[in-house]
Amino acid sequence: MTLRTHPNLADPDATYAALLAAHKGLTPEESHALNARLVLVLMNHIGDAETLAQALDLAKKA
Amino acid sequence: MPYAYRPFPVVPVKTPDRRHKVAIVGAGPVGLALAIDLAQQGVASVVLDDNNVVSVGSRAICWSKRSLEILDRLGIGEKCVEKGVTWKVGRTYHKGQEVWNFDLQPDPGHKMPAFVNLQQYYVEEYLVERCLQLPLIELRWKNRVTGVAQDTQGVTLTVETPEGPYQCHTDWVVACDGARSALRGMLGLDFDGELFEERFLIADIEMKGDFPSERRFWFQPDFHPGQSALLHKQPDDIYRIDLQLGWDADPELERQPERVIPRIEKAVGHADFRLDWVSVYTFQCRRLRNFVHDRVIFAGDSAHVVSPFGARGGNGGLQDVDALGWRLAGVVKGRDPAILRAYDRERCFAADENLLNSSRTTRFMSPADGAEREFRDAVLALAGRASFARPLVNSGRLSRPCTYPLPGADDGLPQGARPGSVAPDAPLPAGWLIELLGDQPLLLALGCAAPEVPDLAQLQLDRTPEIIARYLGPAPHALYLIRPDQIVAARWISADTETISAALTALWSPLS
Repeated sequence: MTLRTHPNLADPDATYAALLAAHKGLTPEESHALNARLVLVLMNHIGDAETLAQALDLAKKA
Repeated sequence: MPYAYRPFPVVPVKTPDRRHKVAIVGAGPVGLALAIDLAQQGVASVVLDDNNVVSVGSRAICWSKRSLEILDRLGIGEKCVEKGVTWKVGRTYHKGQEVWNFDLQPDPGHKMPAFVNLQQYYVEEYLVERCLQLPLIELRWKNRVTGVAQDTQGVTLTVETPEGPYQCHTDWVVACDGARSALRGMLGLDFDGELFEERFLIADIEMKGDFPSERRFWFQPDFHPGQSALLHKQPDDIYRIDLQLGWDADPELERQPERVIPRIEKAVGHADFRLDWVSVYTFQCRRLRNFVHDRVIFAGDSAHVVSPFGARGGNGGLQDVDALGWRLAGVVKGRDPAILRAYDRERCFAADENLLNSSRTTRFMSPADGAEREFRDAVLALAGRASFARPLVNSGRLSRPCTYPLPGADDGLPQGARPGSVAPDAPLPAGWLIELLGDQPLLLALGCAAPEVPDLAQLQLDRTPEIIARYLGPAPHALYLIRPDQIVAARWISADTETISAALTALWSPLS
């Protein structure tokens, strides 16, 4: 499976706002913890090791 | 009840000493097992140990199915199972809630259970008893090796005894002298790998308890805030408790009973126990780059050390013995010494597998500050609520036999019996298949007759549900060449004498 890098969100602004809202009022530590849990949840959702490797690669390069 | 230590008799060595074929340094489980393996294959050895008692403290306690099969081949497997506490389920808790469990043997039809907990001192006691039945083995207690010199002809060890020093001349030396191997130091060899900054308190306590025969591991339990803990049941009402202390803990202070006892009281919930043995340990996940150094061969902890949470130390050591014994016996009987390179290659491969698993467990249990700890805590936080996170919880990936990378895996026969793996056990009308394998090469003819092959014993077996599931799959019949260490060397749906003969010859080739 190839990592989708083209736009894939139906409503990018709303989704981005939801991400910010989830972090609202959190200390930096709590935010880190939330992000860590979110990464794990999404990682499992993707499942495919090759796609994840590409995602890690893209994130590291950005 | 506490174990009754009985010192072994120290017999003065008559000097000058006779020349030996094999000298084994260290009478721990690895050294003793190797002496037995060699003796069962007709090769004499002398075992030199600097002490004259079995292991002080329980130390290695979790013996895997594979170790029990090896110990059974060496004559003490049934005794270990009978005395030990059999278990197969492990449970992992986070803050009081169970977040993960595993069953290591869901499939019946094997002689040996997944795991038996048995204190190392019992295993050593049984191995010594077995050694004493074998005239080819000489055990020399209070013989401390203080010097080593080797040339192309052999090795000379300088040995200190209560009566003074002597020289021990031998063709081969096997260093089974543990994690702090003196021989390793004398040869100037270093370990490569990681040293973890973590300390654990380890204690044996005697108590009447009603704990199940399961491995139980806690992350951040109420009784030991922020740290982790492990509980194992052993025979004689002895329980093993491991408590994470953190790197800042003072090991001398922490092993004092006035510090230990309150911690254990909190862990078990009462004070009705007796402290039997306490130690404090740190982690290492390291190995020698090579296990064979001319005529000195390393096996067990002298060659590789791992953190203890996968039970990969003692079990890995016995698998070293398994891979070395028949090859060294072959060399003593005139085979090409280059076949020892195959021991080196296979066991370095296996050590890397053990090191990888142990390092990953250690990372999870003792994460570095920052991202490592954040992700670890995230896994634990999610594990109670979302099943996907549970397999990420790592409190130890327990020892399984390594499958050596041998060719011939893609022939349509079951993967679990592919070349390089341990020949799977199966029930027979009388006894077990595993009891008929080992010490010499054997051709298994399953559901068919085998062609005659010179110098190769054969065993013909009918198709049973277990033989079909574990060895045949959709194939109507198959031939399996089994090594003296019960590893599948090669297999065919059908093969002629020449093909099988070539595979038998290849066992004694350095490339196999």
